[in-house]
Amino acid sequence: MSEPIIRAEALTKRYGSALAVDRLDLTVEAGEVFGLLGPNGAGKTTTILMLLGLTEPTSGRAVVAGFDPLRQPLEVKRCVGYMPDSVGFYDHLSGVANMRYSAALCGMKPADADARIDAALRRVRLEAAGAKPVRGYSRGMRQRLAIAEILMKGAAIAILDEPTGGLDPQSTREFLDLIHSLKHEGMTILLSSHLLELVQSICDRVALFHRGRIGLTGRVDDLLSDVLGGTQVIRIEARGAGLADAIGRVAGVKRVSEATNGFRVEARGDARAAVARAIVEAGGELMSVEAGHASLEEVYTRYFEGVRDAA
Amino acid sequence: MRRDGFALSGAGVVMMKELADNLSSVRMRLLELLVFVAGAGAVYATIGEVRSVVSEDPFVFLRLFTTPKAPLPSFVAFLGFLIPIVAIALGFDSVNSEFNHRTMSRLLAQPIYRDALLFGKFLAGLATLAITLTALWLFVIGLGVLLLGLPPSGEEVLRGFAFLLAAIAYSGVWLALALLFSVVFRSAATAALAALSVWLLFAFFWSMLVSLIAPIVAPADPDNVMSLLHNANVTEALSRLSPNTLFAETALAALNPSTRSLGVVLSSQLQGAISAPLPFAESVALIWPQVTGLIAAAIGLFTIAYIAFQRQEVRA
Repeated sequence: MSEPIIRAEALTKRYGSALAVDRLDLTVEAGEVFGLLGPNGAGKTTTILMLLGLTEPTSGRAVVAGFDPLRQPLEVKRCVGYMPDSVGFYDHLSGVANMRYSAALCGMKPADADARIDAALRRVRLEAAGAKPVRGYSRGMRQRLAIAEILMKGAAIAILDEPTGGLDPQSTREFLDLIHSLKHEGMTILLSSHLLELVQSICDRVALFHRGRIGLTGRVDDLLSDVLGGTQVIRIEARGAGLADAIGRVAGVKRVSEATNGFRVEARGDARAAVARAIVEAGGELMSVEAGHASLEEVYTRYFEGVRDAA
Repeated sequence: MRRDGFALSGAGVVMMKELADNLSSVRMRLLELLVFVAGAGAVYATIGEVRSVVSEDPFVFLRLFTTPKAPLPSFVAFLGFLIPIVAIALGFDSVNSEFNHRTMSRLLAQPIYRDALLFGKFLAGLATLAITLTALWLFVIGLGVLLLGLPPSGEEVLRGFAFLLAAIAYSGVWLALALLFSVVFRSAATAALAALSVWLLFAFFWSMLVSLIAPIVAPADPDNVMSLLHNANVTEALSRLSPNTLFAETALAALNPSTRSLGVVLSSQLQGAISAPLPFAESVALIWPQVTGLIAAAIGLFTIAYIAFQRQEVRA
């Protein structure tokens, strides 16, 4: 196996007495889409800034594309494209002018830069808006312009911080498609998000953040089966007295909780038929029984509930 | 810890972009208009006074700069007043606007160091001020040639040029101050207010403060000559902490060749002195400490801004 393109070892960042990132270990292989997932304030952005050399770690070290972000930040920034959370551009300049500035900062020759900018803008379908001032761009357009900038740079690694933040569903889908196509071209993508469900579909591997630490790392499917351990969630719509107890007595049912118009049941294996029978036998009115999708959201809640309970 | 790569690579790119922004902004248009109208007004008002002494003074051209005509102050006094405003207007939002428009982290993710960003911004501001002041300087000289009907002599041009350089150094002090506040305060309005308060302090209140503080530090006893001298020296030293004083003294010595000293002069020192204009080289020697002081103040303020900026977190 080749050397991972991003490696972090015991990376720690302390702001005063607050620990933002706590002994974080991370490896990302080349060509992978890797998701840093967790709620706001879990240390995702700080981790990204440390990988880019924009913030000094308190301790620990990182290697990005073979360079140390602390000592060789220019080399790292040359091969990494970064899209910050709620990315901004110079409003009075056009999209093209904004990109020309970045290209010049990367040391590109103007003629070379213009060709690359053209190609990148076409790629994100902004060729028509490129000459207009960024002032009039929508949020989705700004985000696409940021991607175009990464493409223009010819970056091997793209680091995207909350790339779908504030986008409507349509733009989000388009954006995820774009990330998909980048992956197919061999770009390594590290993205952070608090929308677990959303990135579940595009990430090869994910790391779940919780209070500055990575709780779990691995492929999405593996995490689902490891943490939920073959548990299935059933959503039931039913009315009647004492139903919760009746369902709880069904073999294989691990947990019953009240939900709107009914219950949420966690059970080992498929217990739908048995639960339905129990409700009917207890005299309840059964409206519907539905198998829920196992999602990262549940993995996250479950895993960190466990961590808290153990603590 | 050593970091690889040249700290200032990209500073030129930043400077050119900022310079283009500065020169094309509406803000700059307004400032140029203000400065040129004030300059032209001051010179035009002075011209009558100057005309009447054409035959008496070998440096009549320089009088254009220094002669006040009530109610208008002299051109030099106007500049001492307006340069800080222009410099503050150019610099007060240079760093914090990058944060407020959320362009900072994207900018710093390009292969440049922060050093390049700050240097580029400062140099762009200074270049803008230098261009404006030079244009104004040429404008005033041209106006003088037209209205007086005689060309400036070589020495007058040299003295005028020395004054121009001092004016640029003076503008650098205020630009560095504005830049410092734009780093320290995240809100542009706060930075502007802070910079303007400092300007107000030095433009209007400093002389009052000095006259309050000096007698406390060095009480003047009317019967003791040495205490009087001590008091005068302390007053002078305190007032020279203000860049406005330094600039006013520089302008006085550079544009008025009969100025022989900027400090306290005892009557015994004047005994036997011949009342004649000082040669240019002597005047330069006279203003050297003042100009050096202005440049040092600009560098000092920039250094503080630099350190503050390096320590700042990138995330807004």
